[in-house]
Amino acid sequence: MLYFIEQCLNGIQLGMLLFLLAAGLTLVFGIMDLVNLAHGSLYMIGAYFAATFAAWTGSFVAGAVLALGASLLVGMAVEVTAIRRLYGRDHLDHVLGTFGLILFFNELVRLIWGPAGMTLSLPSQMLSAVQVLPGVYYPVYRLVIIITTLVVALLLYVLVMRTRVGMLIRAGASNREMVGALGINIKLLYTLVFGLGAALAGFAGLMQAPILTVQIGMGENILILAFVVIIIGGIGSIRGAFVASIIVGLIDAVGRAFLPDLLRLFLSNNAASTLGPALSSMMIYMLMAAILVFRPEGLFPAANR
Amino acid sequence: MTALLTPRNVFIVALIALLALLPVYALLTGHTFIVTLFTRIVILAMAAVSLNLIMGFGGMVSFGHAAYIGIGGYVIGILAKEGIGSGFVQWPLALLVSGLFALSVGALCLRTRGVYFIMITLAFSQMIYYVAIGLDRYGGDDGLTIQKRSDFGAIFDLSDRTRFYYLCLVLLLITVYLLRRIVNSRFGLVIQGGRSNERRMRAIGFPTFRYKLICFVIAGMLCGLSGVLLANHTNFISPAIMHWTRSGDLIVMVVLGGMGSVFGPVIGAVALLVLEEALPYAIGFASYLIVGKEVMGAREYWQLILGPMLLLIVLFARGGIDGLLMRARRD
Repeated sequence: MLYFIEQCLNGIQLGMLLFLLAAGLTLVFGIMDLVNLAHGSLYMIGAYFAATFAAWTGSFVAGAVLALGASLLVGMAVEVTAIRRLYGRDHLDHVLGTFGLILFFNELVRLIWGPAGMTLSLPSQMLSAVQVLPGVYYPVYRLVIIITTLVVALLLYVLVMRTRVGMLIRAGASNREMVGALGINIKLLYTLVFGLGAALAGFAGLMQAPILTVQIGMGENILILAFVVIIIGGIGSIRGAFVASIIVGLIDAVGRAFLPDLLRLFLSNNAASTLGPALSSMMIYMLMAAILVFRPEGLFPAANR
Repeated sequence: MTALLTPRNVFIVALIALLALLPVYALLTGHTFIVTLFTRIVILAMAAVSLNLIMGFGGMVSFGHAAYIGIGGYVIGILAKEGIGSGFVQWPLALLVSGLFALSVGALCLRTRGVYFIMITLAFSQMIYYVAIGLDRYGGDDGLTIQKRSDFGAIFDLSDRTRFYYLCLVLLLITVYLLRRIVNSRFGLVIQGGRSNERRMRAIGFPTFRYKLICFVIAGMLCGLSGVLLANHTNFISPAIMHWTRSGDLIVMVVLGGMGSVFGPVIGAVALLVLEEALPYAIGFASYLIVGKEVMGAREYWQLILGPMLLLIVLFARGGIDGLLMRARRD
């Protein structure tokens, strides 16, 4: 039971991370109608920035703040130089163009930081574990991830639903011509939204940096999971992305931990340990397939699509 | 007869002749590695041709096409490991499995369109990728070495490098011919009609879903065949060939060569893979010209050039190389 709770927490932590990526993806898709494969590269760049700035300033928090700002700037620069030219074109063009950006960013990172990965060490007070429930100890840093991401999600909600900029963002999503006609600088709005998405991806990257090694291509596999999340949640819906990330995170973590044991109840030990890992990595995709069959538009379809 | 002598046709014939005479060149100069390189190019060209059937003609942008290369390859690898070496069993079974996978994935994916379709095909190929990593018995992450190429008895010996190259080339040309027949048939016209206006096709009474599904399965099986060849070529199969960036490469080949042109993907595959080989040298040469000596390690960064190049192709040359050749005719 204790193990189960721990795995659930792991699942929520993964889900929170996925939410940060998926929120940016779904914002960019919902507003600019752009499929951005290079989102994973922004995640990677966030992690590299965090590792560099933390080593530079000697403080994890200062490094993280600087990295967040830098990701925002990189995102806006990429939007102005490359992404802007892809709006209004075919989705295949988006795929190809941003695929080119991935190759570019991977090489650029190798050029700047070298082919070897980097590590980012945490301040000592974050290394310990705390008792979250009687008998359940959980690493502080993973709790920090969960809590800060929840705060970010809340801020994002306030930004999109309660502020003037958010109002413009929502207006841009439902009718971009009208927003432009009303005298809003839609180009600037798009740049800001893309930068916001980049900052969210960079934030996910820098939060994950101390747990994983910071390396080239680290954003590529998690990007696909983020795609699965926004398909399940409904493309363009931030609320859907939030719910779907937690579902996907929980299924992935709990499935990996318990499916092999569950299979042992029905199959021989040998077969279960062969099938277990393969099946548990399939589970979220099977969930996605099921969603597609029963609710092709996702759990929380964005109202205007 | 003059209509046949367009720059485009001349180019295509020249390319086929070049591919056909390549082993002779290799034999004369002793550069045998070039046959190995081009066997790979020809095999991947076949995969690109199959992707073009659904992407270029059917408008179904599949971002998971490399999965079929992996499935075809893994069927060969797994059967070889389990002691079934006969090509008469391996090859049909590989095609069957690729076809069945395409059928089940297609039945799900084709319920959607647009971005959803792109992302879902991507997700399913990623699923297969992780399944292959999970197959501990068959090498898992490290991949599986295939001890012996498919055995066709006395009929055909796959182990000879040159013969194998010609086999791949002939199969590629047959695939291209087959595709030409398919897209110009009634079936192919329905598929192309569905790309331009699916609702209208349905309104005049075509069950477009079934047509698209069959098209998807044909493409999956053709790509499975390229996987069979690739596994036999490298004597090795690993999850890496199914990584989603490989699917991206296939899309790049198709678009670079010319989407919706029967021969375009072959041009694209040759162009992209030759470019990949040549760019490092080009960078070395350029650095020699600029700073007077070769900059250490500069060659490694060829993707720094390839990436923006793709972006530019997307932005400015939609028809790909084949489109440029077509335009050359008009002038």
